[in-house]
Amino acid sequence: MNLIKHHGKIETRASVLAILILITVSIGGLVEIVPLFKIESTIEKVEGVRPYSPLEQVGRNIYIREGCYNCHSQMIRPFRDEAERYGHYSLAAESMYDHPFQWGSKRTGPDLARVGGKYSNDWHVAHMVDPRAVVPESIMPGYHFLLEREVGYHDIAEHLRTLGIVGVPYTEEMIESAAADLRDQATPDADYDGLLARYPKAVVGDLDGRPNEVTEMDAVIAYLQILGRMVDFTDIRTEDILQ
Amino acid sequence: MATVERDEVTGVDTTGHEWDGIKELNNPLPKWWLYVFYASIAFSVLWWILFPAWPSSTGYTPGLLGSNQRLELDTRLAEARAAQAVFLERIAAADAAEVAADPELLQFALAGGERHFKDNCAGCHGLGGAGQLHYPTLADDAWIWGGSLDSIQQTIRHGIRNEDDPDARFGIMPAFGADEILSREEIAGVVQYVLALGGQDHDAALAATGQETYELNCAACHGEDGKGIRDLGAPNLTDAVWLYGNTPEEIAAQISRPQHGVMPAWQGRLPEEVITMLTVYVHNLGGGE
Repeated sequence: MNLIKHHGKIETRASVLAILILITVSIGGLVEIVPLFKIESTIEKVEGVRPYSPLEQVGRNIYIREGCYNCHSQMIRPFRDEAERYGHYSLAAESMYDHPFQWGSKRTGPDLARVGGKYSNDWHVAHMVDPRAVVPESIMPGYHFLLEREVGYHDIAEHLRTLGIVGVPYTEEMIESAAADLRDQATPDADYDGLLARYPKAVVGDLDGRPNEVTEMDAVIAYLQILGRMVDFTDIRTEDILQ
Repeated sequence: MATVERDEVTGVDTTGHEWDGIKELNNPLPKWWLYVFYASIAFSVLWWILFPAWPSSTGYTPGLLGSNQRLELDTRLAEARAAQAVFLERIAAADAAEVAADPELLQFALAGGERHFKDNCAGCHGLGGAGQLHYPTLADDAWIWGGSLDSIQQTIRHGIRNEDDPDARFGIMPAFGADEILSREEIAGVVQYVLALGGQDHDAALAATGQETYELNCAACHGEDGKGIRDLGAPNLTDAVWLYGNTPEEIAAQISRPQHGVMPAWQGRLPEEVITMLTVYVHNLGGGE
């Protein structure tokens, strides 16, 4: 209590107060920041996570534009109820190329971290055009206009290059073929070999029932269908991914 | 400066601080508040000791309790599984027919199957397998790929026309109109014949011309009698069950440029015993064979 009585000595001397504040804040900062320089990675080492394909990336941008994150999280927490409903809990590694990540904190609709492969492309089209058409109790708004808007992608290569600056490992090859990859992924019977070598597990073909156009619906479906599918969890044990 | 005096209006001492004639009343924090504050500081120290807390250069302090959410989840899941093990182990070891034949396992599988059906299947097939346009009803006895336990299990495991599973069921109807295999007139005739097969109102004269076209082009998959061939996923046309609509326009559209539904493969996504439970559940919805 003696110390507390004498706080006046500190509070009446601005320079002493400033130095002591600096020391206090520094301790807090150092404890939080220094380990980050020393720890090799806080991201689990798992196989399979790759940068988004150009079409998926555009879909992701639309997902953000339409505010999907306001109702849908992409973060399966390590609880029994979530694991049983949605599957394996989300890993940091799975969103390491997300800028910004879409973890979210609001679930008006279901979590989408592992929605990829759960529904057919046709279902997604029907559902986004009119959610009540397939899920009668849904309160999601319809996004029919996605089907009518073609994706503008003249700047997609620059977009990938920019993501490269913040750490997404897009190669020169990926950037050069970005526009072609984007178009091919939503085009039926295109040559997918290069695309699938660069972006394994990408869904390809006429995703939205409009084979001749690359629509925003194509992009959103390509994005939704890859969510949670990059990492194969069959041989991953908890000990391997403990932090 | 530090002259403590009593404020006449409130009867409270001042702190002795004075700035430009403004003095501060000395109203200390309520005791209860102060002690709760001290207690929470003590609590945080206890927390640091027991739980993961402080980062270090190589990791973090794990805490005496060794708590870890991911390991804890493993424990919780194992506990939940152990609580149901008496059923789950037997279901995992049995095939769907054995589960369906054992009243105890059947009851468990129906309850578990319903839960997993709501999570995974109802989005397309509707609650209780009611089905909807483009998504087959599972509660009736019209089966495109077969309604036996084995057939249902095969369909759930590998799905239909998906790219992910090489064992997926695969049947594609040619685009008779779009690929100009049949003329408009021929399609119009077949439409009337198909309406006749389904017992609907039709133009008898057109249907008669359509029959010949049907036998040449359609019967190979849908059968001479129109009852379909399940191995090919060619639906029965005579049962008045229509996946893509039963108006002449809808039937013509399906012949001209067919739509093909896709069902995901669930093997790998769901554990094998869950697939078995779903199989038994779907089989029991009303139309199991």
